[in-house]
Amino acid sequence: MAVLLLADVNNGDLAIDGVAKTISALKTLGEVHVLVAGPAPAAAEAAKLCGAAKVLHAEDAGHGLAEPLADLVVSLAGNYSHIAAAATAFSKNVLPRVAALLDVMVMTDVTAVIDPETFERPIYAGNAIQTVRSADRIKVFTVRTASFAAVEQHGAAEIQSVRMGSFGASAWIEDKIAASERPELTSARMVVSGGRGVGSRESFALIETLADRLGAAVGASRAAVDSGYAPNDRQVGQTGKIVAPQLYVAVGISGAIQHLAGMKDSKVIVAINKDADAPIFQVADYGIVGDLFTILPDLTDKL
Amino acid sequence: MKMLVPVKRVIDYNVKVRVNADGSGIDLSNVKMSMNPFDEIALEEAIRLKENGVVTEIVAVSIGVKQAQDTLRTALAMGADRAVLIEATSDVHQDIEPLAVAKLLAAVVREEEAGLVIAGKQAIDNDLNATGQMLAALLGWGQATFASEISIEGSKATVTREIDGGLQTINVTLPAVITADLRLNEPRYASLPNIMKAKRKPLAEKTPADYGIDIAPRLTVIKTVEPAARKAGVRVGSVDELLAKLKDEAGVI
Repeated sequence: MAVLLLADVNNGDLAIDGVAKTISALKTLGEVHVLVAGPAPAAAEAAKLCGAAKVLHAEDAGHGLAEPLADLVVSLAGNYSHIAAAATAFSKNVLPRVAALLDVMVMTDVTAVIDPETFERPIYAGNAIQTVRSADRIKVFTVRTASFAAVEQHGAAEIQSVRMGSFGASAWIEDKIAASERPELTSARMVVSGGRGVGSRESFALIETLADRLGAAVGASRAAVDSGYAPNDRQVGQTGKIVAPQLYVAVGISGAIQHLAGMKDSKVIVAINKDADAPIFQVADYGIVGDLFTILPDLTDKL
Repeated sequence: MKMLVPVKRVIDYNVKVRVNADGSGIDLSNVKMSMNPFDEIALEEAIRLKENGVVTEIVAVSIGVKQAQDTLRTALAMGADRAVLIEATSDVHQDIEPLAVAKLLAAVVREEEAGLVIAGKQAIDNDLNATGQMLAALLGWGQATFASEISIEGSKATVTREIDGGLQTINVTLPAVITADLRLNEPRYASLPNIMKAKRKPLAEKTPADYGIDIAPRLTVIKTVEPAARKAGVRVGSVDELLAKLKDEAGVI
């Protein structure tokens, strides 16, 4: 049987990096069919992904409302043994609805596919890894993309049209997307994050300057977001984004359990903090104890 | 309009969990338990809707072990009017799956004829982020997940949702299920007089059999292990030393 992959479409654009990583998580399970509900160029992008055997395209404004999307997935479900998606806000909204309509459970944030029925996923903010076996006839799950490498983009899958219905009870009004020229947080090779220690929205510019010098994405702890130093969608942690870049620089971040859940699989972690006892130093490969207001400008200059 | 707020008893969010060495699960004996933080936010929002005259009655529901009574008493002390406890297990280590929870909640929603459910976006123990969406599906209702702002006028809720690139605003016709994100509000503390009063508020005790619902798990947990530990890091004394390490030793810049 084949696998149906629901692709993220945000604001009409395909989230290609996440879809490419999800395909590599699924490749042992069978032929992968990618479902794209959005404008035609988004489906064409998906068709380029190696490992996508077919692209199913439903013309849609791309707002990703859960109800019509879930109904569409359920209408196609009969042909598939597995239904999966990247673990993003987009899919976490839709796939549990799909699972309930099919009367099956859902598994969130799968980090390893052991066999067609057995999966690994983190629980308790990443402090434990659970291996679960599903007895359901269709396995519905989301994939933690930070755990997989993206497939390449020189494929040419066939695109087939499918039709999407509507659901009267909900309606899209608007998206307010935070403008950013920087790399996207979850796919960036490097991430520089600031926490409460940065002190103000103005001094958060020090984080951004360092990030720009490195070509890195900017992240934040919950404390920094709640204090208004950075927008919500920059939050790294259990309730924000999960990242696993090559380099993660944590500046003025103490390292609470909830923050570590979002970044402790990074290849190299650097901590800059004035508190020598901050828990972040327990996971950091390289730590500097000192004042970020002198260290950051120095580091930026020397890069 | 009557509304329902599901609350879950979970390990306190500040506790560093211990994984049993034999792979059997998490050690939950003698560990501080609390209301799931997202459920506190959901409940706070419900209380504010009642204070604004949008909602007439708040029913808090919890599903799990008998000790979840304590969580429901907390909900009553914060401002819920009544509580329903569905005792589904006697073992604190058995986590009732979101599909079963959603089926039980759907039964309570129908019984109570509730017009709105606000749930937390995820429980911090299983991190599944599924119950609200599953409940909406089973009831055939619209859903608004990860809400950071809710305004209700007449038969419609306008909800601002936290999405990956920023914020999205949608309209959803009531009845509906909304799930609360962190930024929705700052939950209140229960005052001592309210904690005393909560002891006299009604708390109904039920079982899954009362609703005729099968809660058998669909997923079998084979093992639970600690994540791979990171190797110990080093402290560096200067920016120059840090840069040298990142270039030569780690090779990341």
